[in-house]
Amino acid sequence: MEFFFEVLLGGLLAGVMYSLVAIGFVLIYKASGVFNFAQGSMVLFAALTFVSLLERGIPFWLTFGITMLTMVVLAWAIERFMLRKLVNRPPITLFMATLGLSYMIEGLAQAVWGAQVHGLELGISDEPLELGGMLLSQFDIFAAGVAGVLVIFLSWLFNKTRTGISLRAVADDQLAALAVGIKLQRIWLIVWAVAGFVGLVAGLLWGARLGVQFSLSLVVLKALPVLIIGGFTSIGGAIVGGLIIGASEKLAEVFIGPIIGGGIENWFPYVLALVFLLVRPAGIFGERAIERV
Amino acid sequence: MLRVVQQGLKLAAAIGLGSSLLSASLFAGSAQAANEQYFPLQSYRVGPYAAGGTGFFGGFIDYLQYVNTKEGGVNGVKFTWSECETEYVVEKGVECYERLKKGLNGAPAAATNPLSVGIAYATLERSAADKLPLITINHGRTDSTDGSVFPYVFPLQLNPYSEVSAIINYIATKSGGLDKLKGKKIVTLYHGSPYGKETNPILELLAKKYGFELTLLEVPHPGNEQQSQWLNIRRIKPDWVILRGWGVMNPVALKTAQKTGFPADHIIGNIWSNSEEDAAPAGSAAKGFISITTHPSGTNFPVLQDIDKVVLKAGKGNLQDPKRFGTVYYNLGVVNGILNVEAVRVAQAKFGKRPLTGEEVRWGFENIRLDEKRLKELGAYGLVQPLKLSCSDHEGGGAVRFQQWDGSKWNVISDWVQADRKLLRPIIEESSHQYAKEKGITPRDCSKES
Repeated sequence: MEFFFEVLLGGLLAGVMYSLVAIGFVLIYKASGVFNFAQGSMVLFAALTFVSLLERGIPFWLTFGITMLTMVVLAWAIERFMLRKLVNRPPITLFMATLGLSYMIEGLAQAVWGAQVHGLELGISDEPLELGGMLLSQFDIFAAGVAGVLVIFLSWLFNKTRTGISLRAVADDQLAALAVGIKLQRIWLIVWAVAGFVGLVAGLLWGARLGVQFSLSLVVLKALPVLIIGGFTSIGGAIVGGLIIGASEKLAEVFIGPIIGGGIENWFPYVLALVFLLVRPAGIFGERAIERV
Repeated sequence: MLRVVQQGLKLAAAIGLGSSLLSASLFAGSAQAANEQYFPLQSYRVGPYAAGGTGFFGGFIDYLQYVNTKEGGVNGVKFTWSECETEYVVEKGVECYERLKKGLNGAPAAATNPLSVGIAYATLERSAADKLPLITINHGRTDSTDGSVFPYVFPLQLNPYSEVSAIINYIATKSGGLDKLKGKKIVTLYHGSPYGKETNPILELLAKKYGFELTLLEVPHPGNEQQSQWLNIRRIKPDWVILRGWGVMNPVALKTAQKTGFPADHIIGNIWSNSEEDAAPAGSAAKGFISITTHPSGTNFPVLQDIDKVVLKAGKGNLQDPKRFGTVYYNLGVVNGILNVEAVRVAQAKFGKRPLTGEEVRWGFENIRLDEKRLKELGAYGLVQPLKLSCSDHEGGGAVRFQQWDGSKWNVISDWVQADRKLLRPIIEESSHQYAKEKGITPRDCSKES
């Protein structure tokens, strides 16, 4: 039983790491109704920029600031050269644009910073912490704390600020939002910059765990089932979805895996997500789309 | 939404958006004369495995450049090359193969060296049809060791079966002998791909033969999450863990091992878990990690010091980051260069001092004889293991050394440890003959080859 709880807790903590990436998707989706395929590339770009600057001897917090500024510039460029041309286009058009953007950012990251793999130490010990006979990762606990702070900050931003309310209006109807005087370009710049910030935080935590390398962009593969389960429009949903995916995939791998051959944790979350799609297509916390037909 | 994403993915795959800008073929090298020997390079300098590609192809090109600059080529025949970017994608690798196989401006192709299991498998039959050697140094299809069935494929130095056999022999040495393996617990953590799974039957065979308890645990690609596997390992409490990883799977394994309290000095990495890129990103968690190697890292070998002097210091080096000189991937590229050039040299001795066809270079590979004396002449003693290839043996070596990560670099901690090639040979032949039967190939009679 102790082993079961150890797997469960380890899975929950891993799930928080997935949520960190998923939150970036939620932000863009809330503002434009688009699944931003480039979020993984933004995670890679942010982490690669950060670690490359850090290795040049720039102090940690200054590096963080410069990287954040770079992500704002990237957000501006995306708004100026891509999104502005695509106002009120169908979601599939915007989705395709983010697909192209993803490859461009990946290419840009490697062109600017090279293809080398970098180690990243954030100064947080990853020695195991023993708790009632169970080993827990100090790093994962720290990551869970960061995710918690991020959720509180983003919830405040969306629910309590004028920008957040404007953002929700844009998500509902871009043309109507424009008609009432909301500056669409400003909103998109803000939301892509915040997504860049979330990408930076996720990139640092994932980078410390995996090393900063191209594979960072692949962490998005785990964000998709998280979003399907939690809902594409809810930050809290991304956390809950992450916890469900993390815990279930680990339990499945450990207890079901040996029966059916192992290596199931890559596809198991998608099976779970498909079940959710059948039962609750909008996810646990997602907004149900009601349309007049 | 899922449907939209899937549609998008399919379309993106078809269009190859954006990335095509960066994956455009990069042609380099000289293109003047037909009196040159050409190496088509299916390299990968962008994409997820670019760190390995830039190191390996950097070392390979630097060695060719070195031979050209220092010796004016081999017997006056200079080397030329061109690169075609594969991004480690099989289809692109095949496309590059087709584009480059005919040579460059009249200079005939000597051999292909894709450094990719997928591309090697995809071009294996084409290589035989085009009579162009396919070099899969330290990797590739194990049964291609049998040159009577696979005349054009060369898994030089080490095939996957030899690799695990040597690891088990090393564990036996550490345990006090092969008889002491009985009752030991060994876990193999393998990449969830045909590459990762290839050696599982051999490990099972060795477990049966020596009586150790083997557990095989799969890590799904790409391997960036391994919590459940390492919790299982914690429960099993093995004596050793064999890490058969690739790319990001390696540092994550080391980090997760630390999180679950498993000591790094009881993890043994295979040939694709043995580079600086595999250990360094894991930081302190990698300290003590052991891996096999066919070629030590470092710059103290005469050939490397000469490359530094003749190529790098002259500003002709291929590495974007000169700090990578002497790293595992770079040195593998240099070793690969030494073996390719040696094959050309051997073949020229038989066929004449001129650019050679792939068929002639193949003969050169089959007649490579690298003994201590020759390795010293090449300045590669200790960097390359003694090799003797033949019609029936396209591997030639089958020995590895073990190295340990001290937190910043690898240190060699063992002498050459030989795989049990006598045990493996019948298994290899069974598989190669099965292949020959399926493909309607009549194996060569190696006793008649000279």
